[in-house]
Amino acid sequence: MKSYAKKTTIRLSDTSIQKVSKLKQNAIDAADAFLFTKQVVKNTFSKDFEFKEFLKQCYLIGNKSLGLIGVTGLIIGLVLTIQSRPVLVKFGAVNMLPSMVAISLIREMGPVITALICAGKIGSSMGAELGSMRVTEQIDALEVSSANPIKYLIVPRVLAATFMIPLLSIFADTMGILGSWAGANIKGELNFVLFISQAFGTVTFLDFFPAIIKSFFFGAVIGLVGCYKGYSAGRGTESVGIAANTAVVTASFFVILVDLIAVQITDLFQ
Amino acid sequence: MKNTTNPSVIVIQNAKKSFGSNEVMKDVSFELNKQENLVILGKSGSGKSVLIKCIVRLLKADSGSIQVFEQDINSASKEELNTIRKKIGFLFQSGALYDSMTVKENLEFPLRRFKKDLSEEEITKKIATALENVGLTDVLNKMPSELSGGMRKRISLARTIIVDPEIMLYDEPTTGLDPVTALEISDLINTVKQKYKTSSIIITHDMECVRTVADRIIMIKDGYVYQEGSLSDFENSTDAYIESFFTTKKI
Repeated sequence: MKSYAKKTTIRLSDTSIQKVSKLKQNAIDAADAFLFTKQVVKNTFSKDFEFKEFLKQCYLIGNKSLGLIGVTGLIIGLVLTIQSRPVLVKFGAVNMLPSMVAISLIREMGPVITALICAGKIGSSMGAELGSMRVTEQIDALEVSSANPIKYLIVPRVLAATFMIPLLSIFADTMGILGSWAGANIKGELNFVLFISQAFGTVTFLDFFPAIIKSFFFGAVIGLVGCYKGYSAGRGTESVGIAANTAVVTASFFVILVDLIAVQITDLFQ
Repeated sequence: MKNTTNPSVIVIQNAKKSFGSNEVMKDVSFELNKQENLVILGKSGSGKSVLIKCIVRLLKADSGSIQVFEQDINSASKEELNTIRKKIGFLFQSGALYDSMTVKENLEFPLRRFKKDLSEEEITKKIATALENVGLTDVLNKMPSELSGGMRKRISLARTIIVDPEIMLYDEPTTGLDPVTALEISDLINTVKQKYKTSSIIITHDMECVRTVADRIIMIKDGYVYQEGSLSDFENSTDAYIESFFTTKKI
């Protein structure tokens, strides 16, 4: 009995120590991520911007994601229309279908779905690429060559994600509206010009502008998280997989969090 | 003691480095003389790689002094550190070629950063010379993934020597290579020393490499300098620990 009590005490004590050290590690990680972000911001506004690398990353993030984003946007517009139509018909409000889908896409679906796809595609790619560069000592080689890895590797990637994701969101919106028009024509006939005029008849500046602004933040968050996870990866090969995986999970979480904050802020102006 | 006829380019005094509770480098002191090949020997985990990473401040020593060209590396400002790093070539164990760049771009990279006044013609000429010096001339447009381990090491060496470094740091240059290629790399280390008048620190477990390149050897054990001397001193040593390195045992 005595020895059991002793064992329990030790076990509890170990758990407490583990909890404290986990909390401490989380605090260290958060501080590290903050310092990393600070370095990225500082290097973004310093001289000798790596413009060539920025353009290359824009191409990789933007052009290479076009197909996936386009098809996804098209399907979402189509599905949204097919799902909403019966309800609107029931209430005799089928004329509202184009504007309802357009507002849903522009305000929420387009930017968020684009950001989540990019969190998976770009976040994991950045995490894995930079993690692999860390493991194979390429980042160390850059440092020894007096090249600033933050300036050369991180800033172009974060900026490219920041600028490309709003453009991809607009593209997703466009494809979604086309998908919606196709969906509207499955069980009826709707002229394209009439569809567009109905769709944009109720869309205002306050629908479009906040969505684009939040897309910039989505891009920045995806770029920062992907780069941070890769850049701070450990030395073993398994850390590349961990970096890619945690980049996707963390970036997706932050996209949802930023969206929540953006919706609250937008709500203040409506 | 400082050798006045052959001045030291690196002076390390009582350098210490720990990772948490793990004391990797407990007290390391030595000097690297001008135009000498200094081999550092020691078991895996004895802190050899940590030591050369401290020399270029990829890692910062916890205490002690590391002077490169009479400049303390730990207290150097960012600009001073960059100036020192420009004089040091570092051949990484993995080669560390940039995967996303061709061989040509890999070689251009340090040139465009260190020697901004070079014309395109001069850059092309320097790349050709560096490739010629490492015995590879027809790989210019290949990606690193298309090269063998030995070729990657050679290109990595070419990328390092292309900026005419004064000090070379080799981190296990022959690890993972077949004996013939390993010997070629060891010969290249000597060629680089002669052509570029470099002073080098070579970390290796490869005894053939040690015999080919060493002017002087330092043995590190448990975070301390265990023994220092010439190749013949080590080969004739009766110390059991040193013998275990220099005697090839057949199983």
